[in-house]
Amino acid sequence: MNEWFAQAGSVFAAAVDEIETNPILNMSIFAAFVAVTMFIVIRASRNNASAADYYAGGRSFSGPQNGFAISGDYLSAASFLGIVGAIAVNGYDGFLYSIGFLVAWLVALLLVAELMRNTGKFTMADVLSFRLKQRPVRMAAALTTLAVCFFYLLAQMAGAGGLVALLMGIDGRIGQSVVIAVVGIVMVLYVLIGGMKGTTWVQIVKAFLLIGGAVVMAIWVLAIHGFNLSGLLEAAVAASDNGEAILAPGLQYANPVDFLSLGLALVLGTAGLPHVLMRFYTVPTAKEARRSVVWAIWLIGLFYLLSLVLGYGAGALLGTEQILSAPGGVNSAAPLLANALGGPLLMGFISAVAFATILAVVAGLTITASASFAHDIYASVIKKGKASGDSEVRVARITTLVVGALAIIGGIGVQGQNVAFLVSLAFAVAASANLPTILYSLFWRKFTTAGAVMSMYGGLGAAIILIVLSPVFSGTDTSVFPSIDIAIFPLSNPGIVSIPVGFLLGFVGSFIGRGKEDPRLAAEMDVRSLTGHGAEKAVEH
Amino acid sequence: MTENGTDTSARGSVDYIAVEESPRFRGLKRSHRSFVLPMAAVFLIWYFAYVLLAGWAPDFMAQRVWGDITVGLLFGLGQFVTTFVITMSYVAYANRKLDPVAEEIRSDLEKQEAGA
Repeated sequence: MNEWFAQAGSVFAAAVDEIETNPILNMSIFAAFVAVTMFIVIRASRNNASAADYYAGGRSFSGPQNGFAISGDYLSAASFLGIVGAIAVNGYDGFLYSIGFLVAWLVALLLVAELMRNTGKFTMADVLSFRLKQRPVRMAAALTTLAVCFFYLLAQMAGAGGLVALLMGIDGRIGQSVVIAVVGIVMVLYVLIGGMKGTTWVQIVKAFLLIGGAVVMAIWVLAIHGFNLSGLLEAAVAASDNGEAILAPGLQYANPVDFLSLGLALVLGTAGLPHVLMRFYTVPTAKEARRSVVWAIWLIGLFYLLSLVLGYGAGALLGTEQILSAPGGVNSAAPLLANALGGPLLMGFISAVAFATILAVVAGLTITASASFAHDIYASVIKKGKASGDSEVRVARITTLVVGALAIIGGIGVQGQNVAFLVSLAFAVAASANLPTILYSLFWRKFTTAGAVMSMYGGLGAAIILIVLSPVFSGTDTSVFPSIDIAIFPLSNPGIVSIPVGFLLGFVGSFIGRGKEDPRLAAEMDVRSLTGHGAEKAVEH
Repeated sequence: MTENGTDTSARGSVDYIAVEESPRFRGLKRSHRSFVLPMAAVFLIWYFAYVLLAGWAPDFMAQRVWGDITVGLLFGLGQFVTTFVITMSYVAYANRKLDPVAEEIRSDLEKQEAGA
């Protein structure tokens, strides 16, 4: 059996030399995914009457379903293509990077998910403003939510353009712009027609295909190497330009302080990502929220273990040279590996899954941004809580169109730019501006409105200012603006400074603010967060 | 100002300050925090110890244990194992120690509201 696989391996290696992307096949598989999910979305949209239906899918998803949807929302194209590619080329550092994304879920499981589900309704701001002053806190929380969504969305849309070059063989600027526009329009349709229910189903289907595809490919790779991890590593070392260095840290993150800063942002940012937090409201109870995080942890953990195998497998079967010279560079490792294993059909499938990944993630971000604008800014700040549910949903739908248009324009605008830093910036903002206020308001009684507002604006401002002053923005050849040099901050991730700033401002603000908060509301929040009394129930249809 | 996102209809009939100070609720809060806070500290320290080792002791991480399996790889896989173990132990703890008490308090509060 193993001999057969070994022989097959060399045949595949030979086949790799003559890859040609098959755009028609790739596009047909992708079109089939859009058709199937659109059908599901239209079916799911029949009961989209109330705000709870539109924003939270009627709170009717089970823990396991939501666990799949969370993984579908979280495992972006950047983590799928980026991490497999990073391991294939730089080895260990790619693996090190992936672990932060998993460990982060323990923050969500232990400290955030259930307490948020018990005290909130649709958005992060519901929880943060529970016992503090409504308007300033909601405004700040909505702005940090919109900032995180915008950075993340832009990164995904820019990624879509690059992916198109690789998978569909479309190189021209106009061709890529058309595809970005199509992605944006499909995403808006999902969200407008399906609301949270439709978006959730898209994410479930996508997670299923992505993890399923990764399982098949990982078993295949292991089979070629006799189900021997050490043998796989040996083959990867033999095929790599970097040799044994791929087994140890240091190839990708030359500056350990930089990685420490990134690690902080990843681990503390995940539980502050607004589109992740919003998923906790789609289940009926806190217990189901707990189950969804547990499912998500198993699925995400499994996926990164598979990525380890796929990454070294791609390195072993393809070699560094071939990956780096392909259009798309490191991001092409996973699709090229699929081609080497199962030929054009598997490559088409994996490419379509990668594309579907972008769609599912941007749809999740769009519904979060529109909910935050409609529920927090329009209904609570502008209308002072006197907006009807219907008008709120109408505003959310209009916001979806605006967000979709901005995403398309932004995505076309940043084409060809190196915007990979936007993902880590989104995590850094979530960790610096959102998480401190979430934890303080759930765990620290003396936290005040002044503390919340200072922490959110301060964390957001610190993260953005530091990124503008960092080498990713200016001063080096790989910067967004290589021709100017204002890089006085040495790290490419602001987390190590901006996260402590966010926590510190929340602490200091609570002392100097001296705003008196209602002790009854604080007691109510405490009791409700732990017991689930008065928590929003599932919608009956 | 009180018209916020949360359901306000229940307010008034329950004295939350009294509930919060009741021994049963304080017990629940203590069992919740005495589990989640130390556990959070443990996994954060363990994760950042790993990151620091990877950053500042790459030679140690590059040592081979057997075949091409390095110390660093085992540490990394160890992070997966601890994440899964902490997840399962929290679920077991919550099912056994937290959920029954939370349910008891919640059903009492619901009765109280229905009677008021």
